[in-house]
Amino acid sequence: MASEIGQAIAAGILGGGVYALMAAGLTLIFGVLDIINVAQGIFVVLGAYLSYVLSVHLHLDLLLGLLITVPAMFVIGLVIYWLFIRPLRGAERTSMTLLACFAVALIIEGVLYQEFGSNYVSLNAWYTTASVHVFDFYLADIYLIGFGLAAIAFGALYLILYRTTFGRAVRATMQNQVAARLIGIDVNRVSAVTFGIGTAVTAIGGMVYGAISGGFTPNSSYDLISRLLAIVILAGMGSIGGALVTAIFMTTIEALVDIWQPDWAVVVFYLAMVIILTFRPAGLFGRRAVRAQ
Amino acid sequence: MTSDRAAGEAAASEQDGGRPVAPEPGTTAPGTTAPATTAPAAVTPAAGTRHARPLRSRSVPVAGVAVLIAVIAVFPLVFTNPTATNFGVITLIFVAVAAAWNIFSGFSGYLSLGHAVFYGTGAYFLVVAAKDWNLNGADVFWLLPLAGAVAALIAVPLGLVALRVRRHTFVVITIAFFFIAQLSASNLAVTGGSSGVLAPIPNWAAATFNNPFYYLAMLLAAAAVALSVLIRRSRFGLQLRAIRDDEDRAAGLGVRAMPVKLAALVLSAFITGMAGALWVYFIGQAVPQFVFDPLFDLAVVLMVFFGGLGTIAGPVLGALILEPTQLYLNLQESNSYESEILFGALFLVVILFLPRGVLPTAGEWLTAGRIRRLRGDWLAWRAGRTADRPVPPAAGNLS
Repeated sequence: MASEIGQAIAAGILGGGVYALMAAGLTLIFGVLDIINVAQGIFVVLGAYLSYVLSVHLHLDLLLGLLITVPAMFVIGLVIYWLFIRPLRGAERTSMTLLACFAVALIIEGVLYQEFGSNYVSLNAWYTTASVHVFDFYLADIYLIGFGLAAIAFGALYLILYRTTFGRAVRATMQNQVAARLIGIDVNRVSAVTFGIGTAVTAIGGMVYGAISGGFTPNSSYDLISRLLAIVILAGMGSIGGALVTAIFMTTIEALVDIWQPDWAVVVFYLAMVIILTFRPAGLFGRRAVRAQ
Repeated sequence: MTSDRAAGEAAASEQDGGRPVAPEPGTTAPGTTAPATTAPAAVTPAAGTRHARPLRSRSVPVAGVAVLIAVIAVFPLVFTNPTATNFGVITLIFVAVAAAWNIFSGFSGYLSLGHAVFYGTGAYFLVVAAKDWNLNGADVFWLLPLAGAVAALIAVPLGLVALRVRRHTFVVITIAFFFIAQLSASNLAVTGGSSGVLAPIPNWAAATFNNPFYYLAMLLAAAAVALSVLIRRSRFGLQLRAIRDDEDRAAGLGVRAMPVKLAALVLSAFITGMAGALWVYFIGQAVPQFVFDPLFDLAVVLMVFFGGLGTIAGPVLGALILEPTQLYLNLQESNSYESEILFGALFLVVILFLPRGVLPTAGEWLTAGRIRRLRGDWLAWRAGRTADRPVPPAAGNLS
């Protein structure tokens, strides 16, 4: 029992790093563009399938494949932003962009079903089956690799946001779009690149998810997006650090509940969200919502 | 934004033949004694001439509605083919759901992607209650209002939690409720888990099997639309739209936002629950992945956006056009993925090119055309007068 709990906590924390990365992309997009990218779940699955194609058809190592899939997802994000998100303006933009993302998700899901069918596929490499012995339990290598990748990606994200001119523009846009425009920031360009970055992290998330989950189909996106949305909302929209803490916390709790009640483990996400929002409508780490202008 | 909104409002009320409403609730206190503004006659010049023709006419919608009802009523008598009446039943159920969704989301501006919760609650209530109480045949229909009441009851706690937050967060919470409901249906004992619950088998003749469902669905759809009209014309409807335009300002002007929003959600859930119950009796079985289908909410939202959010006729039109199309596509395609792609593409087209829906956009074109014509008439009239008299009178209202 003790080893089971220890294993659940370790897996929860390490797996949480990957969820945190995907949620960070979501919350970054929200902070800059003020849209909820409900397509994030299918982006993760798309990233996983890209890794799958590279590893099965080109026999490329999963980690090396990331050198291709990350830029590919970045470009896909840019194109989707440019075609479907950028043209939407006006009073109903909030709901319109959300629905547009949903529509994009449906199309990608349909295409993935056409290409790969509804059978479960999984990503395999030597490190997805090997495991290390820690204390009195075994931990799959892929959890450690996934956590390491997430840490590297978070570091890169931090450097981009806090150590570059572009990052300063991004943060300015997050704070006040009109003011950012006034001081000469090209908000359209910042938005496009942010959307690209927010989707690019799903390539990493997808690779790790595909290897950890043991099997995925296009339908997995619903499970993913509902967890990601719960994390982001719970953390408070637009808070990247909050997303990190919340994701690790939630996946750990879920892994613990999973020991006793595997069927209901996911409900923990939603219940926590509902309870916390009842008392803190802005989320745990969110600023109080400013009145929409 | 304000002018945008006002234009849409004007076009929308023209479509419905509704009475004029204050286009900017911020300037006119909603529900207070402020006089009705923007009466069209006030804009047009004095009566007696062509120019006095009001910008909106009631006769066309009334005649159109009468024809539509007549066509829908005789449809199953003319097309007795079961496939056709099958399409008819499902379509009318979606008319009811789209109108119900619009009563809450269209009027209040709170976009709900969780109405499948109410639909599914109604559906599961019907099959479980019919099984437990041994109801059969036409008796099962008595459960419909009860199913609606159960869905409405569920809507109260959900609304109390979700309606505390706005915009994106609200949408996401409704999505979360949807997933909770789906998961519960798959795991609870009362819902029969993933194998679901069978509905009782109706005991009437096979030849006219669909007809009772058809006319009940028609009744439900008509009730939903009638309720929309009543709400839209009432003080309650005005309060809802004031909340949509600016909730803080509406609250500042005395609208008690929470009870108003909650009442709209409960009414909407009631109809949606009845529709779900009718649907499941027609389909014959409640299984979690069909009863709680993520595409259900999207389909309804697309119908309403396609027709025109917040209008009366929009959801009806959207459901009447889109649902048969989708059913037909599902019938044609060998797999459901192609129709999913098509559905997504259609959604994008509507959002990008008809963001306010077919009806308001068409209404704007009509209004713009009429204004252009009126202006042309007036210019010609002025030119004539100028020719008669060298000194023209003071310019009219339309200059």
